[in-house]
Amino acid sequence: MSTITAARSAGRGAPPPAGRGAPQAGLEPRPPGTDAPAIRIAGLGKRYADDGPVVLEGIDLDVAPGQFTCLLGASGCGKSTLLSIVAGLEKPSSGTVEVADGGAAVMFQDASLLPWLTARRNVELALRLGGSGLSASARRARALELLEVVNLADAAEKRPHELSGGMRQRVALARALAQDRPVLLMDEPFAALDAITRDLLHEELQRVWRETGRTIVFVTHNVREAVRLGQRVLLMSSRPGRIVREWEIADEGPRRIESPQVGTLSIEITEHLRREIRRNA
Amino acid sequence: MPDLVSVDRGGPEARLETPATDPTGLETAAARPPRPAEAADSLNADLRGLDALQTERRTSRPRWRRLIDGALPPVVLIALLIAAWQAYTLIAQPRPDLSPGPLDVAAALGQAWESGRLQLAVTTSLERGVLGFLIAIAIGTPLGLLLAEWRLLRRALGPLLSGLQVLPSVAWVPAAIIWFGLSDATVYFVVLMGAVPSIANGLVAGIDQVPPQLRRVGTVLGASRWQLATAVVVPAALPGYLAGLKQGWAFSWRSLMAAEIIAFGGTIGFGLGSMLQQSRDLADLAGALGTILVILAIGVVIELLVFAPIERGLLRRRGLTGANS
Repeated sequence: MSTITAARSAGRGAPPPAGRGAPQAGLEPRPPGTDAPAIRIAGLGKRYADDGPVVLEGIDLDVAPGQFTCLLGASGCGKSTLLSIVAGLEKPSSGTVEVADGGAAVMFQDASLLPWLTARRNVELALRLGGSGLSASARRARALELLEVVNLADAAEKRPHELSGGMRQRVALARALAQDRPVLLMDEPFAALDAITRDLLHEELQRVWRETGRTIVFVTHNVREAVRLGQRVLLMSSRPGRIVREWEIADEGPRRIESPQVGTLSIEITEHLRREIRRNA
Repeated sequence: MPDLVSVDRGGPEARLETPATDPTGLETAAARPPRPAEAADSLNADLRGLDALQTERRTSRPRWRRLIDGALPPVVLIALLIAAWQAYTLIAQPRPDLSPGPLDVAAALGQAWESGRLQLAVTTSLERGVLGFLIAIAIGTPLGLLLAEWRLLRRALGPLLSGLQVLPSVAWVPAAIIWFGLSDATVYFVVLMGAVPSIANGLVAGIDQVPPQLRRVGTVLGASRWQLATAVVVPAALPGYLAGLKQGWAFSWRSLMAAEIIAFGGTIGFGLGSMLQQSRDLADLAGALGTILVILAIGVVIELLVFAPIERGLLRRRGLTGANS
């Protein structure tokens, strides 16, 4: 467990032990972890200035290993801030965050690929900077393997500007997988995509999640997206950001965004979301 | 209110069906055991289809065609200008010592070539220009990096460096002659004072324009401070750095000519600036104009052969080229 506390610098904690850095042969599911949560957040609060508004308050959350959690809330409710704190990019003002050994990989709303590198070299960079300890040729082979996972082996030598938005996000997903960390944090990764692409990427993400067994925290403001993807949906209030309600969704295999169950639950969650927004009027 | 129906417009005759066996929805998915392999195959096919739709296939023009398209307009313009100049000389018959025609200028250059002065001047100036520029890069680059990363130094030295960039480096020539005498050191000093601020400022500007998101990505990927600089920040700053280098070369070349014109004699070799000054002393206007054309041509050639290809490659890799390339 690496711990992020308000007092300590929010680093990624201890470097991964030697064993973890070794490449996995394929992407076989990880063995079901111990009972320790992959992420444990306790009493977390955040304000940017001492006299500034409270962004996050009293957040307690345990995320089980391998769980797909969706964090839902209106724009500006602090869900991205919470994700940044878990990622170690920002420090909490109070409380603690513990992330499972190995830390978290992050995907942003824009793919944030380095524009001068090809898709393959972008993935290789993650392998190099992440201290995978692989030789250059092994990194190359591993990067191609990961691009194969996201169906982009043919586009390996293309640069980001030659790829569509959906393809760029898949390269970003491959890059996040290259980091080989147990937790994957996703900050509205599909928000800027068209509906058709988003629908396919939902399916793709679910497949990758099932194959790799990563713990995923997925931030979104799209209720249907949250219900479509998550095993667990957390609703956040705004000003201050708190987790006010949560839903567990039985995972009975792939579901579709059009299915009636998704629709029914979305209506219920939207009601609660609207109520939270109305409170700020 | 009629039931919802799906109309298959693709068939030869439109068929109406009630969606009784709608394959969407959870209940049917639960009723029929899902076959993951099949689903994965269809997902792969869908993604491939979408990828093909969303990426454009580019057809590039052949190399010779691009070369002609690029070279033809300026060549034609220059030919027209020279023709107009020659026509003026033929029709108006001005005094050849005050307004020489293109043929007089060509003859003066030919004379300089035969005596070997032209070759000597070009090699001397180019050697100094290139060497001075390389030294300026070696000084300006670390200086720029230091300024970009060390805030206090930047606050202290930044305005001074910008001032130096505005100051015409010719202004240093008299002082340099007093310090170093009529030697190569004077020439190099003036060249460095012209080029170093441009190169350093270009690099600083390039680093300032690196999107903060790229730094975040580097941090998230686990980069150390050094790795962040070498793998993310410096490559991202290359376009700005290159712009600084181009300006630095222009300043080097200009400062060099100025220094060679003013500092004449002593152990200073014979460069293009010296040749220009010599033409003035001899009241040889054709020779002076010819030398100016040579200086201009060298500037154009360096731009076309060195900077333009580097810049084009750099921008094309980042998808920053417009429709014209």
